[in-house]
Formats: sequence, C-alpha cells, structure tokens
Amino acid sequence: MILPILNSEITFLQFLPFDLPEPLISIIFLLIGASIIAVVASVLALVGVYLERKISAHMQDRLGPMEVGPHGIAQTFADAIKLLIKEDIVPQDADKLLHFIAPVMVFAATLAAFAVLPFSKTLVVSDLNIGLLYIIAISSFVVIGAILAGWASNNKWSLLGGMRSAAQIVSFEIPASLAVLSVIMIVGSMNLGDIVEYQKGGFFNWIIFKYFPFNFIAFIIYFIASLAEVNRAPFDLPEAESELIAGFHTEYSGMKWAMFFLAEYANMFLVGVVASTLFLGGWSSPFGDFLNSGPFPVFWIFIKSFSLIFVQIWIRWTLPRVRVDQLMYVSWKVLTPFAFVAILGVGIWMVL
Amino acid sequence: MLSNFGSILFFLIFGAVFVCVNILLSRLLQTRNPYPVKLSVYECGELPEGNSWIQFNIRFYVIALIFLIFEVEIVFLFPWAVVFKDLGMFAFVEMLIFVGILLVGLAYVWAKGDLEWDKPEQVPSPELYRTDNVNSAVKITESVAS
Repeated sequence: MILPILNSEITFLQFLPFDLPEPLISIIFLLIGASIIAVVASVLALVGVYLERKISAHMQDRLGPMEVGPHGIAQTFADAIKLLIKEDIVPQDADKLLHFIAPVMVFAATLAAFAVLPFSKTLVVSDLNIGLLYIIAISSFVVIGAILAGWASNNKWSLLGGMRSAAQIVSFEIPASLAVLSVIMIVGSMNLGDIVEYQKGGFFNWIIFKYFPFNFIAFIIYFIASLAEVNRAPFDLPEAESELIAGFHTEYSGMKWAMFFLAEYANMFLVGVVASTLFLGGWSSPFGDFLNSGPFPVFWIFIKSFSLIFVQIWIRWTLPRVRVDQLMYVSWKVLTPFAFVAILGVGIWMVL
Repeated sequence: MLSNFGSILFFLIFGAVFVCVNILLSRLLQTRNPYPVKLSVYECGELPEGNSWIQFNIRFYVIALIFLIFEVEIVFLFPWAVVFKDLGMFAFVEMLIFVGILLVGLAYVWAKGDLEWDKPEQVPSPELYRTDNVNSAVKITESVAS
C-alpha cells in the first residue's frame, strides 16, 4: 500500500511511547485509508444524486430541489437522514438472512473495486499487477447481490428484476471485457498505473486516439456496456419502475435501500474512473507536464470521470428504456462483433 | 505491510462492516410499527397471490452457455494481450485461428436463432392451455412452491 498522505502518520506513530507491531500499523493505515475511501465514495454518491436531480430537472425545464439550502444543495443530506430513521420493513415471507446479505454484498463489492483505482501516481491503495482483470471480476460480483435481493424478497417483481439483471450481466460482460482488451494489447500490462503512465504527455497520447478509429470504437463499446453493467438507463431493466415497480429492490426500504442506492451511484463513479483511466489518460494532465503535479492529478481524474457521469445522466434523461430482446440484440449482434473488429484492427496495425 | 490482495480483502470486510453498522444505526434510530398488512409482499396493493419461489422460464439459458464459452475465451485472451507486443505475428495468427473458431460458433448460434428473445417455434403447444390441463399445471406449481 502506498499512501503518501499517511506517511506523516507513520512519524506520528513513532512518537508513541510503546512500539506497535508491524502488521498492526499497516492495518491501522488500511483502516484509515478504507474509511477515507468509504466516506469519499459515499460523498461522491450523494453528489451524484444531487447532480442527477439537478441536471434532469434542467433538461426538463424544471428547477429541481430548491428548498433545502441554497439551490437545494443539502437536499441529499436531508434525504440520507430521512432514510436513516425510516422503518426497515422486511416482508413476512421473505428469506430474511439473504434479504440482509444482498445490500451488504453489493456495497462491499463496490467498495472493494475502489481499492485498485489510481487517483494519482502514488495515491492508490492496492497497486495490483492484474488491476484491470480484478475490476472486471469484482464489478460483476455486484450482480450476485441483485439476484440475491430479487430471490430473497419473495416478490414476483423482484424475482423478474433479479433475473433480468443476470441476463444483462451475462450479455454485457463480453463486450466490456473485449473492449478493454485492445488497451492491454497496446500497453502490455494490466496494471492501471502502467496504463496511465503509457498515456502521459498530453491528450494526443490518450489511448482513445491511438490507432484511430479502432480504440474510439472500443471506448464507445466499453461505455455502452458499462451503462448496462451499472443498470443505468437505457439499460435499467432490472429496476424498470414502470414495469417492475422497482425491480430487485421493491421490498427494500430505509437504510438497506439506501445502501443499494449508494452502491449504484458509487458504481457510476467507478465506471467513470475506469473508463477515463483506460482511454482518457487517467490522472495525467491533458496538457503534457503542465499542471501535472501536486493535487492536480486528483483534480484531472475527477474532472474526467465527472464528465463521463454527466454523459451517463444525459443519456438517462434523453433515451427511452430498451426492451429485453433489444438489449440482447445490442449486446450480441452489434457490440460483440464490433469489439472483435476493434481488436482485429489494433492487432493488425500493431503487427504491421 | 499487507500484500496487495490483503488490502483488497480488508476493503471487502470493511465494506460489509460499514453496511452492517449503518443498518444497525438505523435500527436503533427508527420507529418500528409492523403489522401483517405492512409485512405482506407488495403486489400493487392486491393481496399477494401464491408464492414467487416457483420454477422460472429462463429464456437466456442458451445465451448463458454462450457467455460461459466466451468468458473462458476472454480468460485466454487476457494473458495473450499482455505479451502480444513481444510475440508479434506468430501470436497474432494463432489467436486469429482460436477466435475464428469461436466466431464460427457465434455465427452458428446467430443463424439458428438462439440469440432471439422470441422463439416462435418453442412456444408450448395450445394443448397445454386447455382447461383440463390447468388443474394439473396448478398442482405442479403448488408442489414446487411447497
């Protein structure tokens, strides 16, 4: 673990009158780091909810939340407090243990994916050499929570939502993994830090512009597939409110529901960071060495991922929801062949 | 220092504990007033009709099988992609053959119509919907539910 901010804490701990064993110190640092990231993920989710409501409102010529705080800034915090003191209703017939495990699983998997995201050269909790493979693996873990929630609720809508969620992940996992393959081919590493290092030195070095247009196609495919993986419109079939009430979380209320919601928005941010790391240069500055030190890498990654979140919100409030058969059509007959074309193109270009 | 995977395990556990603590906190703060109607499963305001733990028509069964094959293929493609730059032409042609065989499979499934959601030829015959068969169908559902 490399967390430079906590280096000052190491010296702080050395002034303690007793010696702490080495594993304990690292666990303390991890605890601090994990708490910071959990809090950051939660705050980002709250910001995401606020942005979603505001942007959607302005797109529909409304104002959105305006009452709590200036321009409704504190609205989501008020909502969080409301959810905290809300009654937690578990249906009589539900499988109560699985009903409880489902939100735990969804949030834990989302948070675990945050562990490998590089926010700057050194600001990464776990600099895994197979970081990309790990992210693909752990982000499909979330769907098990969704199926579990759908099954445990003993509700027909939830069951259908969970099944749709499974169908969706089964279809969109393939194009998403194939789209990131060309990035690995170019960089020759699955370490997210190496991928960013490769793209340093201005926006013309970003992988999205390499071997044009193949990587551009790969980026578009990854973006569409990731929309489906985080259950965002137009692929929000598992929680389609006009067909399935709320899909797999129909029977959830209060804090458990809030955890699903938190995980969904944290996942949006996660997908934004991964897409910008792979294709848009990650934490490196778009202007070469200009503004590429100190706190600026974190600033750049946030700018890039929030632009992608904006596009996600934009798409949600622009496009209607697709049908299940259209979902399968898009995944297997459009995205997968095009992903193979992108890999083939990059491969031929690199070999020649 | 913990290893890289150690810190990931720590994150998983921390995430689970974080959710549990939040739910516990909410449990302490909330008012609880359960009664049978509130605890019934939501079915648009109607009384719930039967159990939902029934046999389910998994339409994407074949698609799940294809997914499995392609997922295994991707597992092979990832290490190939990492060393692709060093191996060059040889690895490229070899992977072209490997992926080509799988793409023929995809084309076959496509032509067979297994990628379609609507499978007109597989809809059960109208015999099943005759009135004298309904009772047996209900019995099957009930036995599965219990």
